[in-house]
Amino acid sequence: MEERILMKGNEALAEAAIQAGCIRFFGYPITPQTEVAAYMSKRLPKIGGTYLQAESEVAAVNMLQGAGAAGARAMTSSSSPGISLKTEGISYMAGADIPGLIINVQRGGPGLGGIQPSQADYWQATKAPGHGDLHIIVFAPSSVQEMVDLVENAFDLSDEYRIPAMILADGLLGQMMEPVTIKKSEGGKKLPEKKWAAKGHGHKRAHNIINSLYLKAADLERVINERFERYKELEVKHTRCERYMTDDADVVVVAYGATGRIAKAAVKAAREQGVKAGLFRPITLWPFPKQDLKDIAKSAKAFLTVEMSMGQMVDDVKLAIDCKRPVDFFGHTGGIVPTPQEVLDKILKLAGGER
Amino acid sequence: MAVVFKRPHALTNVPTHYCPGCTHGIIHRLVAEALDELDLEGRTVGIAPVGCAVMAYDYFNCDMIEAPHGRAPAIATGVKRSVPDSIVFTYQGDGDLAAIGTAETVHAAARGENITIIFVNNAIYGMTGGQMAPTTLPNQVTQTSPFGRDISQAGFPIKVCEMLSTLEGSSYIARVSVDCVRNVNIAKKAIKKAFEIQSQGRGFTLIEVLSTCPTNWGVSPKDALQWLRDNLIPYYPLGVYKDVTEVKKEELCDG
Repeated sequence: MEERILMKGNEALAEAAIQAGCIRFFGYPITPQTEVAAYMSKRLPKIGGTYLQAESEVAAVNMLQGAGAAGARAMTSSSSPGISLKTEGISYMAGADIPGLIINVQRGGPGLGGIQPSQADYWQATKAPGHGDLHIIVFAPSSVQEMVDLVENAFDLSDEYRIPAMILADGLLGQMMEPVTIKKSEGGKKLPEKKWAAKGHGHKRAHNIINSLYLKAADLERVINERFERYKELEVKHTRCERYMTDDADVVVVAYGATGRIAKAAVKAAREQGVKAGLFRPITLWPFPKQDLKDIAKSAKAFLTVEMSMGQMVDDVKLAIDCKRPVDFFGHTGGIVPTPQEVLDKILKLAGGER
Repeated sequence: MAVVFKRPHALTNVPTHYCPGCTHGIIHRLVAEALDELDLEGRTVGIAPVGCAVMAYDYFNCDMIEAPHGRAPAIATGVKRSVPDSIVFTYQGDGDLAAIGTAETVHAAARGENITIIFVNNAIYGMTGGQMAPTTLPNQVTQTSPFGRDISQAGFPIKVCEMLSTLEGSSYIARVSVDCVRNVNIAKKAIKKAFEIQSQGRGFTLIEVLSTCPTNWGVSPKDALQWLRDNLIPYYPLGVYKDVTEVKKEELCDG
């Protein structure tokens, strides 16, 4: 029986990564994710792992790239401005099929922005995590426990598909304390063999080359097409979402991460007032759970997207339902967290015509 | 008949893309010979740069990774920390190492990262067609310093060996040249020594190799070698800048 303990989000995430077999960590301090690095610096040297504080986020992501290319299960973590710097490495990793996990404990932007919780990096994470034709797998946990559970999942999928993965958290999840159960892997988790890795051929095989450069256009197109087949398979097999009271809902709130929890409280309150509200919470932001949302649109009358941004997910919701229902938006940005009451008011307004 | 000269095992049997007269071929060979002689190829991971040597991953027979521009020391760090008994080298040009990758280079040295950097300095960006590099000499004409490098505008060249040898983390720092047979032999010894030091786990090693770029310097291969002697060597003196394996005089004294 695993122990249930009270832990801060960032620290729980770090311990979950270790239990998932990640003992190589490359970081750089930035608020509000610094506890991830601090925790790793305490734990990893004791278990024969590597904690390395890089000279920059650029260096850290390239160390992650090197570790991943050598076949290690490795991770880096940062917050919004630092993730911008990591986009170089993310693109190269995507282009060279190198697995690895990037944590973004989001804060307000653009620029230096603020240090309060935010979800303003949705576009970056899901549309353009680096230059070129690429996607990364993006998970959005809404509780400390879910963040813990998704870490192992993210590593496993990243290894299986050789696609970098990201946990898109926010300052709220990173900084809050909640009771969690972390699955302990006795004697370390058994990791998949990586025959493609560059770690010395030992004169037993031809040399492995890890590379994203293809000077012949036809070669580059072929490699990208092959990669998009994997993206397609991910979309079919590995989208995840939570549906809460959506079956008979007239108004469906779409919210992810910490905002998903706030929206859930608002949905419950609306139900208590006799309003048929529901919550659709994407857990994978890429691939986006389009089909599930499309199914809900058959019965729902209106959608309300709630985010800690200016509404970056709204278009994905509209596209998923082919614009067949109205999609409204409510949110705050800059580090202000929407309250359940604000969301409830918006739900009641939308449901006004129905009551 | 006795074999007196053959392709090192650590070099693949493919034609390279380098320009006629370019000294990358010699330097590749020296690295490969060192790996052969020390029997390191099987556990070596090489990191290719962005620049003329970008396709070095096709030329070395060991496992290879192609790095983003300037990031080779960071990639090397990730590999070495994950596979501690591997031998890791980067092969980088002057723009890659001393401009865009300055931070990665300096901090890998400061950490005493147990890797070997082969730094090829020909004072110009070759792959992109001959632009001013951080090591371009004062008054040297390039595509982006058409009137000669004006130090009042473009500042001074970076002397990498001198800079890195001041860091406590560096172990073996040497500048060599491949302009003549004698210097090629010295370069070979330095490269081999760097790999030996790495395999003994003794820290950060960097060999700066003064090299030519006949194409972008706009001279014949033969004249390029002379230009190197006349211009690069005086500005970038050859020699060992740091060697932690050297027994110090006071250590030899009794008592």
